[in-house]
Amino acid sequence: MLPFILEIGTEEIPDWMIPGALENLQNLFTELLTKHRLQHEALQLDATPRRLVLRCSGVQEAQESTESLVTGPPVSAAFKNDQPTPAAHAFAKKMNTALENIQRVATPKGEYLAFQQKVEGRPTAAILSESLAELVLSIHFPKNMVWAGKGTSRFIRPIRWLVALLGDTVVPFSIEGVSSSNTTAGHRRLGKNSVPVTYATYEQALRDNGVILSADERRKRIVEGSEALAVAKGVKVSLDADLLETLVYITEFPTPILGTFADEYLTLPQEVLITVMKHHQKYFAVHRMDGSLAPHFVAVMNTAADPEGLVVNGNQRVLRARFNDARFFWDVDQKKTLADRVESLGNVTFHAKLGNYLEKTNRNRSLVGKLAELAGADKAHAERAAELAKCDLTTELVKEFTELQGVVGGLYARFQGELETVAAAIYDQYKPTSMDGDIPATLLGQLLSLADKGDTLSSCFSIGLIPKGSSDPFALRRAAQGIVRILVEGEAKLNLEAFDGGNAALREFFTDRIRYYFREVRGFAYDEVNAVMAAGFADLKDALQRLEALREVRPTADFEPLAASFKRIKNILRQAEVSSGAVRQELLTEDAEQALYQEFIQVRDRVKQLRISDDYKGALTAIASLRPAVDAFFDKVLVNAEDQNVRLNRLGLLHQLLTELSAIADFSEIVTR
Amino acid sequence: MSHPHPISYQDLIFRLKRFWAENGCIIQEPYDLEVGAGTMCPETFLRVLGPNPYRVAYVQPSRRPADGRYGDNPNRLYKHMQFQVIAKPTPANIIELYLQSLEAIGIDLSKHDIKFEEDNWESPTLGAWGIGWQVMLDGLEITQFTYFQQCGGFDLDLVPAEITYGLERLTAFLQGVESVYDIEWTPGFSYRTVRHADELQSSVYNFELADIGALWKLFEIHEAEAQRLIDAFADYPEPKRFPVLSAYEQVLKCSNLFNLLDARGAISVTERVAVIGRVRKVAVGVAKLWMAQQFGAAEEVAA
Repeated sequence: MLPFILEIGTEEIPDWMIPGALENLQNLFTELLTKHRLQHEALQLDATPRRLVLRCSGVQEAQESTESLVTGPPVSAAFKNDQPTPAAHAFAKKMNTALENIQRVATPKGEYLAFQQKVEGRPTAAILSESLAELVLSIHFPKNMVWAGKGTSRFIRPIRWLVALLGDTVVPFSIEGVSSSNTTAGHRRLGKNSVPVTYATYEQALRDNGVILSADERRKRIVEGSEALAVAKGVKVSLDADLLETLVYITEFPTPILGTFADEYLTLPQEVLITVMKHHQKYFAVHRMDGSLAPHFVAVMNTAADPEGLVVNGNQRVLRARFNDARFFWDVDQKKTLADRVESLGNVTFHAKLGNYLEKTNRNRSLVGKLAELAGADKAHAERAAELAKCDLTTELVKEFTELQGVVGGLYARFQGELETVAAAIYDQYKPTSMDGDIPATLLGQLLSLADKGDTLSSCFSIGLIPKGSSDPFALRRAAQGIVRILVEGEAKLNLEAFDGGNAALREFFTDRIRYYFREVRGFAYDEVNAVMAAGFADLKDALQRLEALREVRPTADFEPLAASFKRIKNILRQAEVSSGAVRQELLTEDAEQALYQEFIQVRDRVKQLRISDDYKGALTAIASLRPAVDAFFDKVLVNAEDQNVRLNRLGLLHQLLTELSAIADFSEIVTR
Repeated sequence: MSHPHPISYQDLIFRLKRFWAENGCIIQEPYDLEVGAGTMCPETFLRVLGPNPYRVAYVQPSRRPADGRYGDNPNRLYKHMQFQVIAKPTPANIIELYLQSLEAIGIDLSKHDIKFEEDNWESPTLGAWGIGWQVMLDGLEITQFTYFQQCGGFDLDLVPAEITYGLERLTAFLQGVESVYDIEWTPGFSYRTVRHADELQSSVYNFELADIGALWKLFEIHEAEAQRLIDAFADYPEPKRFPVLSAYEQVLKCSNLFNLLDARGAISVTERVAVIGRVRKVAVGVAKLWMAQQFGAAEEVAA
């Protein structure tokens, strides 16, 4: 075993692509070793913006030698009159051996010449040398470039150096004129740009040259450094998880600094301040102990120190200019209220084929009005919220900070004296923005979000804009997922049919989202979801209750055997092509079928009572209690009786049983052990 | 930042020119037509095409009518100055050279924080795109750095690096002033003295007085002239004499008129895409002419 290190030295790689690239590199390398039958110890993957690094403490030095039996010509052709023919000589020559070393083997097709050929294992260095260039260039990135000219290698950014060492020896290969060596480069300012390394000295050599190789260590340095700065000021830093990852992978030597801005900017809404800091400047926001925003920020430098305070000053200056811009936009925007902006939405395109935002606003308004009536909410307020909801698209503040759409509308509505419920609805209209993001906090906000997403979906589907594969430019999956979540988790009890407009493709699209939601987000088993959805899912809150009941009842003793019986009943009915069924009591001849019928009637009535009170667990338990009667029926009664009337009557009984008792969940969908 | 002897605006330009001259660049003067960015000058748009190496640096006044603020906003300008560098092909140490250029204008990088943040560039109007970064100095974006991949619809034979410095921002940073108008152009003269009237009057014209009908007419005249020349190339007996550069000047006129109409609010969002398509058509048409004239290249991509 020899230690191996591969470092791909590049210009700065976009931070968000790095973790995926490392995972890909690990897989590609493991596949390479497996393909060449090379044993190896655990791999260690690391990266900074300028390097992707793979280390392995031990890779087999060379392949094991192998032996294999190579068959040649049939003996009948290789020997004539016990004398070797040219065919025999040719085979020996091909095997690179003397004719006397050639054996004979018996096969079903007769006797053949054969040779036990030994294949020497190749040295790992040779295998790596011929494979590494291709391996490096196979790493997947979302958007590659060429740097050496048209038709040359593609990679995420130009490759400027390559380190490849197996043991103490350089594994030679090259990419676009860059040859592998034992020389890395340090931090652009803190280190030398030519640093000789070995496997053993690599990480320390980088550290000595201003590079912290480990992402975990960089993360720790950012977190602890930021917290220490905050503690010293008596405030608390808000370490946004996404921003933290960005900073970990945009730096080689991260050092946090704390900056300050004037108190006067705190009069701007904190949403605006935080957006400027976080999204535009990559700063962490800082809060006071009481939770209010403090006039500070934490920036993370890609260098060791700020001895003269120049970096803090520079960042403060930039932030001040940004805040001044935001304040300027806020003031300019107040010259025209949201209500005065409705008409100008006619100039903002929603989609070339689907018209402008004024038209969309009118559709949203009409839909939210209907939803409000159904949900028993204030229709006029809902319509007012929809009318003003998109007006912030014409404001300077949203043009500058597009990620604040909706939020700005809500803030302006409040500032301009709209009702608080209307303002809150506008503020939340785009929620939920992710699978685990909050849904709108208020009923009106939920209705507005439903209407906006519902209109977008039905409009897009009506002109055939349907997401395919990974292509979903209008984020319709997210919109549909948002509707599903609000219908299940929100206050209003609304029917899904209000949103699919009878469009079969859209209904199918929703069905996929619902399955995904119940399975991946709520963690129900796929057969439970199938069983409940087979019994209907127009009311998603109800579907959730039925799922919860099913999950509770499922482990009880009678449940799965009964589910198996239901599946059997379904098959029998399918084979008999029975799709309706009446039961004539006088034709119930056997005890077991009479008993099942009596019990079925009782259970059916009890289930009806329990369902009225939404006691799905009780209802399912009652259904499961039919198990002994069902088992006895199948034990004692022959469904396919000779007498046709008796047979049809028995099938009728089974049919009633199945249909009447499948309204909560279709038991036959349950996969039994 | 407090600097004992802050570098003047014009000194900064002199030093950048000197630095890039010493690193093998032609120092060009600004192009004498209205452009929205240094990229649009023939020195970039046409020179990046084809297999010939080229290295050039120049200051380019760049007009963005919609960014005008009547001289009121401390950071936004109708016309700002770019310092544009094209290095074709890109030397392997280009980023190191760029960092040295910052040292050359007086930025002690051992005392500052430099980051390269992903920022790819695309110009639908020019059929061009590239991969690169915005360079952040202490949180301030000071440079766009782009590896051109395609221009005028053509894949580029040699990949050029384009470095675009924002001169006002850099100077304001170095002089520690809050407003670009407070920049010292040279001792005794501020940026305000030199440029404020231009910003104010151009904003008044662009936003209030420009005659929309006249601008549209001009747009159509220049578009037609560009197209007429593009169409005439194929039958022109002596291709080397053909005025491709003059055709490109018509394209630049169209582009600037489009920006003016846009700032004037005369182009609806729906129309916008269509008008961009019209400018792109003549821009890509000229790029094809240039390739054919200079390198005998056949049309290789659909526009």
